[in-house]
Amino acid sequence: MARVPNVAATPIKTSPYSGWVRDEMHDVLPAPASEVGLVGWVRQNLFSSIPNTILTLIGVYLIYLLVPPLINFAIVHAVWNGEDREACLGTHGACWAYVKAYFSQFIYGRYPEPERWRVDVVFFILAAGLAPLLIPSAPFKRANTIFMLLVFPVASFILLTGGNTDPGAWAWISLAVIAIVAFAIVLLPVFAGQTDFASSSKRLGVVAGIIAIPAMIMLLFSVDFGLEYVETANWGGLLVTLVIAITGIAASLPFGVALALGRRSQLPIVRLMSVIFIEFWRGVPLITVLFMSSVVLPLFMNEGVTIDKLFRVLVGVTLFASAYMAEVVRGGLQAIPKGQYEGADALGLTYWQKMYLIVLPQALKLVIPGIVNTFIGLFKDTTLVLIVGLFDLLGQIQSSFTDPTWSTPTQGHTGYLFAALVFWVFCFGMSRYSIFMEKRLDTGRKR
Amino acid sequence: MAVQDTMGQAPAKASFIYDPKVRGVFYQIVLVAAIVWLGWEFITNAARNLEEQNISAGFGFMSNTAGFGITQSLVSYSEESSYGWAIYVGFLNTILVAFLGIIFATVIGFVVGIARLSNNWVISRIAYVYIEVLRNIPLLLQIFFWYFAVLRAVPNPRNSVEMLGGMFLNNRGLFMPRPVFGEGSILILIGLIVGIVGAVLISNWARKRQMATGQQFPSFRVGLALIVGLPFLGYLLSGMPVTFDHPELKGFNFVGGMKVIPEFMALLLALSIYTATFIAEIVRAGILAVSHGQTEAAHALGIRPGPTLRLVVIPQAMRVIIPPLTSQYLNLTKNSSLAVAIAYPDLVSVGGTVLNQTGQAIEIIGIWMLVYLSLSLLTSGFMNWYNDRMSLVER
Repeated sequence: MARVPNVAATPIKTSPYSGWVRDEMHDVLPAPASEVGLVGWVRQNLFSSIPNTILTLIGVYLIYLLVPPLINFAIVHAVWNGEDREACLGTHGACWAYVKAYFSQFIYGRYPEPERWRVDVVFFILAAGLAPLLIPSAPFKRANTIFMLLVFPVASFILLTGGNTDPGAWAWISLAVIAIVAFAIVLLPVFAGQTDFASSSKRLGVVAGIIAIPAMIMLLFSVDFGLEYVETANWGGLLVTLVIAITGIAASLPFGVALALGRRSQLPIVRLMSVIFIEFWRGVPLITVLFMSSVVLPLFMNEGVTIDKLFRVLVGVTLFASAYMAEVVRGGLQAIPKGQYEGADALGLTYWQKMYLIVLPQALKLVIPGIVNTFIGLFKDTTLVLIVGLFDLLGQIQSSFTDPTWSTPTQGHTGYLFAALVFWVFCFGMSRYSIFMEKRLDTGRKR
Repeated sequence: MAVQDTMGQAPAKASFIYDPKVRGVFYQIVLVAAIVWLGWEFITNAARNLEEQNISAGFGFMSNTAGFGITQSLVSYSEESSYGWAIYVGFLNTILVAFLGIIFATVIGFVVGIARLSNNWVISRIAYVYIEVLRNIPLLLQIFFWYFAVLRAVPNPRNSVEMLGGMFLNNRGLFMPRPVFGEGSILILIGLIVGIVGAVLISNWARKRQMATGQQFPSFRVGLALIVGLPFLGYLLSGMPVTFDHPELKGFNFVGGMKVIPEFMALLLALSIYTATFIAEIVRAGILAVSHGQTEAAHALGIRPGPTLRLVVIPQAMRVIIPPLTSQYLNLTKNSSLAVAIAYPDLVSVGGTVLNQTGQAIEIIGIWMLVYLSLSLLTSGFMNWYNDRMSLVER
């Protein structure tokens, strides 16, 4: 209760002629019950006027139409346990027993059962590596990033496929050629007498490091770890969904950055090529890209070269996603004030130093929400691969409908509800994260 | 990359390999060489592979007989028609579903977006849940849901669901009465055309008069009366020639009337409902972008809430809304290619059939990409034109 404090410290004088003088405010009466609390809130928000009341009633009716049947279907009338379709025949509810029976297929596809621990390990490394990367206050960001960008892909490739794949002589030869050309370029000034050998030794080290990484990876791939080979045709379910989405986004990031830089480059041909590439891939539907990668790409290859179907789809998805990623990154590049570019130029940095040290760290930080949004889109779009004959989560569910053991009238509804739940949890979680990052990065505009 | 020589002379001491211009030219030559090499490699490989498969490149196959049926076509099509004609039918189906989808998605999106901003808590929560649930579920899953779980699960023709206006819904599709235009119906068409032209002329005249004199004219109501009234007048004058061909159950299926195939309905429903969630968010952001001061100023001038929304808030919000709306329209058009998953005969679906029959993969995929690219360019061109008209004219 609000009281007006005594302004004067001295008590009000009482004269013998007056009776009693009030020296403090009376307690404020509480607001009428119809204006505060739940009742007041309801009156103000739901029934403030006649149109508003009608809207409320329509809304409540809509909820009544949709929510109780959904709850009845998913929970009340649902069947949770059972051996086959007999269990689910007598009900109008969801047949969760069928999802239970098929659960491991929805996650792993036809990945051989004794080898499924490998998928589990990959999932575990992914979760364990990603969580501290996503939490802003977690330490060791740099080490963690390198781990996720280098160690994790190699490890999961070996774990998932079984490794022991010889990259082939041509891969080694081309790597050697690239190495020789790179060393030659670095040493060119030395031969030309511009600098001495010592001053370019640091550059040599960098180049050697860059060459050593693919060499190490190729070496690791060709080592036999005693893991059984699992061909990608047997992969399926959530595994394929995650492989396509994560590989697509991770591979499209460097391409996207390169394209975005190309689009803002001063070199006319580079700029033109980047614009054509970006606008082309953004203008065509993903379906046609997938058809192209699965039907046309083999035509473009040399005789005898066959590429794995999953890999072909990955190529298509990566090309497609990198065009979108390029536009996201370009937004970040444009948001960096011109002074940053000019400052870097004034310091005498080269183009790549300027981009690598000054511009890109700021720009990429700005576009994290955009990257997450692209990832959400890509994650949803992975369902399209079922059209070209890969079994992602939705494809696996769709193909399970043909199984007569579980064929019931509610099987389709249950399967789609399950798929929708899984996709929704992933996408909604990521969009919340994107909003959280946006708020966190938006500190400059907050007052 | 810009290195300026402040002394007005070339930096003679540096070697030419450090000259940014030389380096730029060098990089670009390398890039062009790489692209040309890649293209050459692809073309020669493709030519050899096609030769091995006995497929002749080129568009000669387009005039061959297609030999497959198409369940929905806007123009006359039979199995004797050519491949080219089949692809054209598919193209028209794509246009149809994209056009209707854009209209429905826009209507639903605007309603939901405005509902999201409603003061009514129940309405805004419903809009919020609608947006957050449906935009986070893949479109293909929604198409499957509508097609396999809803439209395929309705009763067979004998137990059709009868709906308003003599429509029947069953697992073969939606059957509607088809209007049959008898003799003299041309008067109705003439009435409609005159009505539309008159409405446009009147609204132009009313705008000019308001600019000149400040007097208002109820051009919307008059225009509506013209567009509705004149065809009706024509209908009466010509002796009410329009009859309806009602669908009737004969044997196991319906005969007569107009049939909408379930594939089309499922695709249209999923596309509009899914895209509407994105449009709703765009509309909400657009309206929120108009500062509250605009509304307050309009109210201070004594403008009532309705005209405030119509004349002050929406024109400004449209400027923010149009560019992202364009990309949603493009997305919807491109997403209509998911029709192939439920065999709605759109461009990709029909093209896929042709591809399977002829093996002309490069040509078919080339046609797809060309069509979608030009549709994209056309739509964005139109929306840019509209955007220019709506954008702020600064003096």
